[in-house]
Amino acid sequence: MSHTDPSAPVVLQATGLRKSFGDLEVLRSIDLTVRKGEVVALIGPSGSGKTTVLRSLNGLEVPDGGTIAVGEDLELDFSHPVADVHRYALRDRSAMVFQAHNLFPHKTVLQNVVEGPTVVQKVPRDQAVAEARALLERVGLADKEDVHPHQLSGGQQQRVGIVRALALKPELLLFDEPTSALDPELVGEVLGVMKQLATEGWTMVVVTHELQFARQVADEVVFMDGGVIVERGAPAAFFTAPAHERTRQFLDRLLNPLG
Amino acid sequence: MTPDTWDLVQEAFWPLLRGTLVGTIPLALISMALALNLALGVAMARLYGPRPVQWLARAYVSIIRGTPLLVQLFIVFYGLPSIGIRIDPWPSAVIALSLNVAGYAAEIIRAAVQSVPKGQWEAAYTVGMNRRLTLQRIILPQAVRVSVPPLSNSFISLVKDTSLTSLILVTEMFREAQEVAAASGEFMTLYVMAAVYYWVVCLALSAGQSRLETRLERHVAH
Repeated sequence: MSHTDPSAPVVLQATGLRKSFGDLEVLRSIDLTVRKGEVVALIGPSGSGKTTVLRSLNGLEVPDGGTIAVGEDLELDFSHPVADVHRYALRDRSAMVFQAHNLFPHKTVLQNVVEGPTVVQKVPRDQAVAEARALLERVGLADKEDVHPHQLSGGQQQRVGIVRALALKPELLLFDEPTSALDPELVGEVLGVMKQLATEGWTMVVVTHELQFARQVADEVVFMDGGVIVERGAPAAFFTAPAHERTRQFLDRLLNPLG
Repeated sequence: MTPDTWDLVQEAFWPLLRGTLVGTIPLALISMALALNLALGVAMARLYGPRPVQWLARAYVSIIRGTPLLVQLFIVFYGLPSIGIRIDPWPSAVIALSLNVAGYAAEIIRAAVQSVPKGQWEAAYTVGMNRRLTLQRIILPQAVRVSVPPLSNSFISLVKDTSLTSLILVTEMFREAQEVAAASGEFMTLYVMAAVYYWVVCLALSAGQSRLETRLERHVAH
């Protein structure tokens, strides 16, 4: 369901991202362009570097080289040392949903959601609370605002994680395997929310193992292996006629795990 | 128990209680409060300070933990006057006790901060917080919950350790017991009484500790 206008403004442009952990090269040269309203699914075997790409986009990892530009006015060139304050600026533009949700356990659901807007963005508390309630209602958690995260199911926790990200009003939403830690029967409710966000026009980069989600919701699927992008394309072509042998093998392993 | 001993117990009851209420307990409370503040500073210095500050914090912890409390008390009260610093018994006791407890508590707080999962830092960063805000609003509140049991143990030890300050002339409960014992010659009776007093105070503290723990345990990250 490709719905992106090819003339839509570019929200994210990463070029030549490189990163090593010691001797291990996890990113060799990654280029990624995401336009407004586009959903990009990053797939690949574990250790392929897809999570490192995502974390670099949010400034949680510092690439050794390459550039990341968000919007029209923020561009970081990692071939020189980048001051922390500039790297932190990435976090004003994007928000992240984690695999392990990482909700703040000592705060209620509502407090988790308004923490960023009130403490960092200095939004008046009444306004932040009203917006948080509206978002919680949209993901079906209106009645949970006063409970603590550990009182929720895994799927509910992850929906709160998504709301916490949305409340920051980012230009770009980053998802790091948001359903991988969930019991299978809870995956659907989280993917459902993400699908809804896609149709509302949010710009999203999603690291995922959910091929069906990638197929139905993504505008572009990017397959990574060994720190490089092996293949990318619209889901219809990507899943029905992958061009590379490595892509075929990976898809085959996921679709027929027993061989 | 002979009638004479019973009389002595009754006679010593109030002096020992007074020693507990105006000596032992306030000494422990004030020293603990000061120690916690100092320990937080030392733990932060040890974790996030520039290299030389980290080194100083380590040295402090190492010296405090590597020397007996009694020696520390004697240095402050009997040692400092020889370099011209004269401090009364009570403030000497507070200084030595709080410096001592802070050395242990700093390590407890450091471990508690480090036990908060890395994902909590990352989540706070991604909502836009800097390190200071993250520590203040996300990490320390969780570390406090983790450090309550070990800090409670430190406090209970501190209550008992105040008995050592009788040796630098602080009039706390054990000092009262010593005085009555010396006057009456009933050492066994008075020292067993003192032991019972400490035990009762520590029982009350343990009960308080369990209640605090159950209250705090509810919202901890795993």
